[in-house]
Amino acid sequence: MSATRAYTPPRPEGAAGAVPPPVATSPDIAVRIEELTKLYALKGETVHALRGVSFEVPRGDYMAIMGPSGSGKSTLLNLLACLDRPSAGRYWLGGDDVSRMNDDELSYVRASRIGIIFQSYNLIQQLTVLENIEVPLHYLGRLNRNTRERCRELAERVGLGSRLGHRPNQLSGGQQQRVAIARSLVNDPQFVLADEATGNLDSHTTAEILALFEELNQEGRTLILVTHEDEVAQHAKRVLRLRDGLVQFDHLTENRVVAVPPPPPDEA
Amino acid sequence: MFRTWLLALKSLTLHPMRSLLTILGIFIGVASVIWLLAIGEGISIEAQRQIQGLGATNIIVRSVKPPREKQMSSAGGGPVPYGLTREDHRRLIESVPTVVSSLRLREMRATFYHERWSMDGRLVGCSPEYDEMLGLEMDRGRFLTQQDLDETASYCVLADRVAEELFPGQNPIGQLVQVSQGEDFYKVVGVCKHREGTAAIGGSLEAQEFSRDVYIPLTALQARIGDFVMYRTSSSREGEILQLSQITLKVGSVEEVEPTADLVKSILKNHDYMEDVGVTVPLELLRQAETTRLMFMMFMGLIAAISLLVGGIGIMNIMLATVTERTREIGIRRALGAKRFDIVYQFLVETTLLSVVGGVTGILIGIICPWVVWVIRDVIVQNWNEEFYQSLPETFRIVNPVLVPLSIPLAFGIAVAVGVVFGLYPAIRAARMDPIEALRHE
Repeated sequence: MSATRAYTPPRPEGAAGAVPPPVATSPDIAVRIEELTKLYALKGETVHALRGVSFEVPRGDYMAIMGPSGSGKSTLLNLLACLDRPSAGRYWLGGDDVSRMNDDELSYVRASRIGIIFQSYNLIQQLTVLENIEVPLHYLGRLNRNTRERCRELAERVGLGSRLGHRPNQLSGGQQQRVAIARSLVNDPQFVLADEATGNLDSHTTAEILALFEELNQEGRTLILVTHEDEVAQHAKRVLRLRDGLVQFDHLTENRVVAVPPPPPDEA
Repeated sequence: MFRTWLLALKSLTLHPMRSLLTILGIFIGVASVIWLLAIGEGISIEAQRQIQGLGATNIIVRSVKPPREKQMSSAGGGPVPYGLTREDHRRLIESVPTVVSSLRLREMRATFYHERWSMDGRLVGCSPEYDEMLGLEMDRGRFLTQQDLDETASYCVLADRVAEELFPGQNPIGQLVQVSQGEDFYKVVGVCKHREGTAAIGGSLEAQEFSRDVYIPLTALQARIGDFVMYRTSSSREGEILQLSQITLKVGSVEEVEPTADLVKSILKNHDYMEDVGVTVPLELLRQAETTRLMFMMFMGLIAAISLLVGGIGIMNIMLATVTERTREIGIRRALGAKRFDIVYQFLVETTLLSVVGGVTGILIGIICPWVVWVIRDVIVQNWNEEFYQSLPETFRIVNPVLVPLSIPLAFGIAVAVGVVFGLYPAIRAARMDPIEALRHE
């Protein structure tokens, strides 16, 4: 595992035998990270969370970021999510350098170009399913009859068409995560960032969610999963492993498992 | 826009009790602004009514019993004459051109008798201008006339309670009343309607009660009783030599009041040594009352401001707790693209909503203030005895709160301002949070 193989963008012919041909990738790059560095001052000591990380994510890619705790995984996630700014290096999102943007500009980027999914769903409890999906549009000021209709379609797309008026606490974990997925798609983002998205779910629900990710990717969406579970990472086309703030390796997944919807759980 | 408010409402209903208590703080503040201003206004209107009862164009000159050390021992140690004289009155009338009409009074304590009934009261010898200058209204019969005065007629007019006590169940008109001073009989020609007593207003005017008065022509009083009066009490006898108790001068217009008052004071300079005359100008009292009213309003405003401040601190307290509790939600919203301003705005909308609801309910309760005071008074009268009611402070019995229209927008404006000002700090604190930290918050 220590051998680091240079990353080459997936080609239409397919990279590994078991991997089905990837969907048509557009030549443009969704994310480009150049020598990203992040320092923290912790009790007077400087902590190097990231020491210069570089990679590219082409459109339509399905990538897993892995790494043990302390590897800089969370820091990278925060930077990718535009919740934080790097100490050095550049972060190109689409064609824009977001590493130099101010707080308001970053907020706008988060609302308009990034879809984010959390381990603990992070739905707003007092809002209904539909309202939760609408939140990013609300902050973009794009909430109108058309976009609201789109929110409804997305809810149906993730299988929650009949629960639009429910509150998060009336839904199961899997259903809540589906709401979060719908919410992450509402602004038609450059990429969807999932942070341990299946960490709180049982294996059956995990399989469902991974199947949904697979579907989304096949529709051409760019996915970045941050996970520590190999079983989850196996579903991605590509794995990037961090160690001590550096990229340990970045390669295409061998023996990739293509998630398919699991059979409905046998209910007595 | 509307949506944001709706969402704020939703968030607030997550903790109905907490929101309710916060609203209560503002509610009390707003209601107290309106109530205090209404009560203040009622008190000041009452004061003005009383002063205006004295007549804004009147100048009242009263005899005052001089301090004992100024009463210079007369030879025999007997009573010393003091106060206004008929000469003073003549000089005033002759030398003050602006005086339109004048009223002379001589008052004394006396006991009135009719058959087996008797009553202690006040005998007032007066000139016939009395009823129109003091707004006395007749219940039956007529008041004294100039002719009565000219003829030194032994007629009298009774105040309402005198008539009730001396002539229970009878018509007093045409009957005779005996007066202890001079032991003479006077024929009743009229009975007055009830007239409210006045509180002491300042200057030389003490609190007065009018319902125990008996009015007779001034000339009759001078002829039958004279200036020298003995008051007999069980233990001592006290004499008094006094020609006139009061002279009221009426001028043509409000502008003439003050120059005339100055003139009157200079004419009466001969009384300065004895300090036995006091000049009261109702107009000045009105102005003083106005100043007092403003001070009173400021005082009330201060109290109301304090209660609003407390309400505001309540809002701040609750919102700080809310911000801490909803840290996670703030993190989520920030991660989904809310700008700092969006967060500030969201929390400001919530505090504004709280204070608007508190403000509106406060206004509703504030508006019914006069009615509430009326009901409380009514309940006390119905359920407790008369004595208890009479023992209550006069202010409570007499004053009717009057809503100050301005107080409603004022209170409402202050309520909203309090919501915004005290909500601002928690809102800014919420917006300043690091979204990463906020998301991690449990």
